[in-house]
Amino acid sequence: MTADLAVVGAGPAGLAAAVTAAGRGLDVTLLDAAERPGGQIHRHPARGPVPRPVRRLTRRLRGVTHLPAHHVWTVVRDGDTWLLHCVAGPDEAPATVRARAVLLATGAYERQLPFPGWTLPGVVGAGGAQAMLKGGLALPGRRVVVAGSGPLLLAVATTLAAAGARVPALVEAADYTAYARRLPALVRNPGKLAQGALHGGSLLRHTTRLLTRHAVTAAHGTRRVEAVTVARLDADWRPVPGTGRRVPCDVLAVGHGLVPQLELATGLGCATRRTPDGTPAVAVDGRQRTSVPGIWAAGETCGVGGAELARTEGEIAALCVAGDASAALARRRARLRAFADAMAAAHRPRPGWTDWLDDATEVCRCEEVTAGRVRHAVAELGALDARTVKLLTRAGMGWCQGRVCGQAVARLAGEDPAPDRRPLSCPVPLSQLAHLPEAGPEAGPAPEAPAPEAPGAE
Amino acid sequence: MSHVPDAVIIGAGVVGAACAYYASRAGLDVAVIDRGPVAGGTTGAGEGNLLVSDKEAGPELDLALLSIRLWRELADVLPPETEYEPKGGLVVAPDETALTALRAFAEAQRQAGVEAYEADADRLRDLEPRLAPGLAGGFHYPQDAQIQPAMAAAHLLRASGADVRPGEEVTGVLTDRQGAVRGVRTTRGDLHAPAVVNATGTWGGRIAELAGVHLPVLPRRGFVLVTEPLPPGLVRHKVYAADYIADVANGSAALQSSAVVEGTPAGPVLIGATRERVGFDRTLSTAALRRLAAQATALFPVLGGVRAIRAYHGFRPYLPDHLPAIGPDPRVPGLHHACGHEGAGIGLAPATGLLAAAALCGGRPALDVRPFRPDRFPEQKGPAA
Repeated sequence: MTADLAVVGAGPAGLAAAVTAAGRGLDVTLLDAAERPGGQIHRHPARGPVPRPVRRLTRRLRGVTHLPAHHVWTVVRDGDTWLLHCVAGPDEAPATVRARAVLLATGAYERQLPFPGWTLPGVVGAGGAQAMLKGGLALPGRRVVVAGSGPLLLAVATTLAAAGARVPALVEAADYTAYARRLPALVRNPGKLAQGALHGGSLLRHTTRLLTRHAVTAAHGTRRVEAVTVARLDADWRPVPGTGRRVPCDVLAVGHGLVPQLELATGLGCATRRTPDGTPAVAVDGRQRTSVPGIWAAGETCGVGGAELARTEGEIAALCVAGDASAALARRRARLRAFADAMAAAHRPRPGWTDWLDDATEVCRCEEVTAGRVRHAVAELGALDARTVKLLTRAGMGWCQGRVCGQAVARLAGEDPAPDRRPLSCPVPLSQLAHLPEAGPEAGPAPEAPAPEAPGAE
Repeated sequence: MSHVPDAVIIGAGVVGAACAYYASRAGLDVAVIDRGPVAGGTTGAGEGNLLVSDKEAGPELDLALLSIRLWRELADVLPPETEYEPKGGLVVAPDETALTALRAFAEAQRQAGVEAYEADADRLRDLEPRLAPGLAGGFHYPQDAQIQPAMAAAHLLRASGADVRPGEEVTGVLTDRQGAVRGVRTTRGDLHAPAVVNATGTWGGRIAELAGVHLPVLPRRGFVLVTEPLPPGLVRHKVYAADYIADVANGSAALQSSAVVEGTPAGPVLIGATRERVGFDRTLSTAALRRLAAQATALFPVLGGVRAIRAYHGFRPYLPDHLPAIGPDPRVPGLHHACGHEGAGIGLAPATGLLAAAALCGGRPALDVRPFRPDRFPEQKGPAA
């Protein structure tokens, strides 16, 4: 059976696209790695209540073939259609979906910048902390420092405070006054302004200190985090000497915004662009078409911009697949994208953050590679980019395949992060690879027809 | 820019690094230029196979035998991070026909100086307890070894003391009025030297063209699968099936298969590699992955439940007769080549470097270099295809 449209990712963009496309009479298959729809932003425990926006959309998913717990590990062309190969369910069973068009709505993951002590228990990702709260984590009375950069921090601090945690400090590396320079974009987004004010207000009631142009440059503790050092930053995010002070805490929630999840798109050969915060994202046109005909992308994959933008892009993509368009949606997208760009520019990590690292700081946690070894590879062994650092240190070769350390390693190698290339977007059992269906001649975007192969050794 | 080195080596892969190492050891002052980082091309995608087992008796095997000896010496010089492991190879034959063919193949190798020991089914099990049952037999090649190729290249370069200039692209080869090489033009200026070594792997044809000569180096794609980290000792040798040997020397692109399976010090098992002629196509071939996984699980059924966490590809530089081009190019005085090693560049690097250094110094080569003459391919006539 061939679907008209396969949507990868059931977050806001994917859900909106699936519902819209099904509404236009298309036969839609929605695949998602998680057990339940909603994506990261609407992550909810299996037995807990379903968040309202998800309920609203899932109610309309009737007519959509929803495949939860399906992790798409690659998308390949097969004649006029696309094959989506999946690892499905807890048994990691093989599954393949065939579709005429594909929408990538694979979302984003949290950017981590390492610092001394970041591997201590009690140091959690900011997004992770929010997910834990949604999962019912009890925090009454605990002191949680929220640090990093990006609009998510305000939301996390607010949620934590509402859940009874004490938030002694919200430490933001960027300068919110940077938003002022982008005022036109903000003025056209009254909703965003109101949301920001709301977060600020509830935090004030909880006596949280808001420290902009500051960073947590070290976490301290023996068995778990007990305190953090907070230092003032210069314009390049270098700590200003003599400004460090200790803030006791039980938990540090730290995150530096989100970065688009790109590997399915890069595997297909989709062109990327560099967003104002320095990360690569899938390049799309006004109707969410990627550079590869037959492949659309929507949501954070195209540049982080929040749920509303993601839903808008999902709808635009679905309409385009159905052969339709909406001027109102296009206007809304332009407005929201301008705001997202303003935010991204304000929170772009400045190169001086690498000064937080001492040589003993672990950069790659999977392979236990320190900043000192990365610096040695760059300075002494001729590594000019993250790929060569990986080859010479194993940084990024472990379980996470560089998802956690990739951004940091690229910066230490002196470059902006390159678009992720991971031909396998998740681990795949060898038995599954060995029994892949024999497709027709694989015509990827190849410059010449692939010849049959004769394998052998190096 | 007053300093003039004795030679400029283009290419900071393992072959260029070995050329730099042996040239420096011979007393030459060399510079190594690469448009990318160290080990940024085929070296970085290599598995680090140092094999004699897969080479039929002939000039390439002679080069491999010399290299295996040199790698053993280098292992004492290079730091432990290069992960040199003389683990040995094990070539298995699924049935009697393959075993008979393998026996004849190994006998010819033995006469050329290869250590090869026949292993019956019981001996196979001693050597590799996790091998599938029912194999007819095989041969053990104790000389086969393993190295981490990017580390080997980086540390050979470091040990050479050469002036290493990554991120600098050669845009022209400078010649004098008589047509002799006098240096290279790069994106950062001119670098004068009386000799230039083309160690640019898959780009070898392009550099030759800049120097005005024809060298038909082509890319041949290979995929490698990397598993999740596994306990040590699961796979102890470099293990592959016998039909592979027919493959390497095989000019045709017919479908034949056998993956080399081996463990690594860090835990993952490597399975590789395919050989495909698809130009510089970087898209994933699920057919290639299927083949690798099927071969590996046929040899080691225990791997069926193991997950692949990464797949990567590289492009092997090959010449039409599957032998590298090594030594001076008689068409352009001062131009030397050290490229076109196909999938064996890591293994053949030290011998290539030693031969290249001898040629640069005007010394006697350690073995007969005539089969590797860079001008052995006739110019293509007529309109370009």
